Amino acid sequence: MSKVLMKGNEAVGAAAIKAGCKYFFGYPITPQSELPEYMSKALPEAGGVFLQAESEVAAINMVYGAAGAGARVMTGSSSPGISLKQEGITYCAGAELPCVIVNMMRGGPGLGSIQPGQADYFQSTRGGGNGDYRTLVYAPASIQETVDYVMLAFDKADQYRNPVLILADGMIGQMMEAVEFKEAKKIDLPKKDWASTGTKGKRSRNIINSLYLEAEDLEAHNVRLEKKYKTIEENEVLYEAFGLEDAEVVCVAYGTTSRIVKTAIKQAEAKGIKVGMIRPITLWPFPYEAFKNINLNAKGMLAVEMSSGQLTDDVKIGIEGRLPVYFNGRTGGMIPTPESIVADIEKIAGGTK
Amino acid sequence: MTIVYEKSKGLTDIPFHYCPGCTHGVIHKLVAEVLVELGVLDDAIGVAPVGCSVLAYNYFNCDMQEASHGRAPAVATGIKRVLPDNVVFSYQGDGDLASIGTAEIVHAAHRGEKITTIFVNNAIYGMTGGQMAPTTLVGQKATTAPFGRDEAHCGKPIKISEMLATIDGAKFVERVAVNTPANIRKAKKAIKRAFECQIQGKGFAIVEVLSTCPTNWGLTPVKALDWLQDNMIPYYPLQNFRNFEEVK
Repeated sequence: MSKVLMKGNEAVGAAAIKAGCKYFFGYPITPQSELPEYMSKALPEAGGVFLQAESEVAAINMVYGAAGAGARVMTGSSSPGISLKQEGITYCAGAELPCVIVNMMRGGPGLGSIQPGQADYFQSTRGGGNGDYRTLVYAPASIQETVDYVMLAFDKADQYRNPVLILADGMIGQMMEAVEFKEAKKIDLPKKDWASTGTKGKRSRNIINSLYLEAEDLEAHNVRLEKKYKTIEENEVLYEAFGLEDAEVVCVAYGTTSRIVKTAIKQAEAKGIKVGMIRPITLWPFPYEAFKNINLNAKGMLAVEMSSGQLTDDVKIGIEGRLPVYFNGRTGGMIPTPESIVADIEKIAGGTK
Repeated sequence: MTIVYEKSKGLTDIPFHYCPGCTHGVIHKLVAEVLVELGVLDDAIGVAPVGCSVLAYNYFNCDMQEASHGRAPAVATGIKRVLPDNVVFSYQGDGDLASIGTAEIVHAAHRGEKITTIFVNNAIYGMTGGQMAPTTLVGQKATTAPFGRDEAHCGKPIKISEMLATIDGAKFVERVAVNTPANIRKAKKAIKRAFECQIQGKGFAIVEVLSTCPTNWGLTPVKALDWLQDNMIPYYPLQNFRNFEEVK
């Protein structure tokens, strides 16, 4: 198939429909509103249903009901809206309901801004809602990757019976790039024989639930979930890495920021500094394994992000104290510049940071 | 021998956890009987609330989903949009529906969502131990209204049926009580109509059922039935507010 020029938010919708998503429940919020707008036209044409909910809270609970009824279903929002959805996300995780949730992040906390940000990293990778749970988190760096991972997300949600997050930012949502909609690789997915679709008098009743009043029962449920999360950690880690073996400095960045870092790395290399990079594609599970390949004679690590240092915590966990970890970040919708990153790389390589 | 009465096939054999004298059991029975009589039990998907009837998913003999607090109408909406030919109902208490979930119930009604809601109003928070509900009567004592509900402080009790009856998408709205055999028969009739409203694709249907809470009211089961009659019905009149065949 040939490439088409698409805006990020619209590409998310097109990819979801291509992946068999039939239901979208959402609420408008900048900078992701083109997604529900796109779905309101494209989903009915594809034989599906778009419904604008009265709130983000209602939207994610409609997702819960639809997922519990066995459908491929998605919602999208941006940071403050995702905060409202956290209640529903933990319920989906607790009841093991497959669904895809897109977050086109903007600056926070609170109402924040409508500019791009990456400050929902903790919320996305550490739970966000209450209780012990995890969600697979894909962090695409281009519209093409957004399309690819949205499609993959539906399969992974079904495979693991778990919510899957697409964590991008307002930049990805708003920019346009050429994309190709590839045929998804067919994988064998488990039958949704747990879904509540009416017994038709042919089977015993199905119950979708996350309540376990007995402590022993809830612990057993949590242990089982933990086992599932371990399987995801063992099988679903995705990242891009280069130059780790002989790097003087190793940068870590994801999504939009990783593209700025790549520009900075070219500039630093022109100045004769060897720079490696780890770009997590899954933020959870985090690619800690990539950190094993880092040259321990390097001078340090540099985490670059559009937040006050949330990714930096995972970089510290990954390198386990073997190298110093530095931080270059902007917040509030400000974007790190290649120049500031090159300056940090030079200082780290020169031992003056 | 002729069987004159047996437990509805719409209920499982799991014993109810409800307090002695609580009328949830009666209301469960009525809903279950209606589902069987209408021949839709095998197509039914119920949504249980948070609160005293949180375990309703254990009792109804059909597919069930447990919703988070107040969100049952949104969950039911998600189910109904995926499975428009199935019968979807939510079963909610007054804390769930009239407080934390008012947005969800108002908008489900507003959309004319083809679901049926059983709204159990006992004028108090039962599960959490007798705190004030939006439906607690003026002067009625609750653990968070130790001197009785003060209208000047927190307003009058909310009349959900009257409110929803102003919404065009709500095609069947009726308030009933389960304090006497006669009222229980009327309640069953209303519940049946509420499901018929959905089955005929008319729109949103709700039955508000005035119910007792002997434990948190601090009354015996019999006195609680009297208290409902003497105090709740005067403020919450038993009435059909909307009947879909009359709705143009």
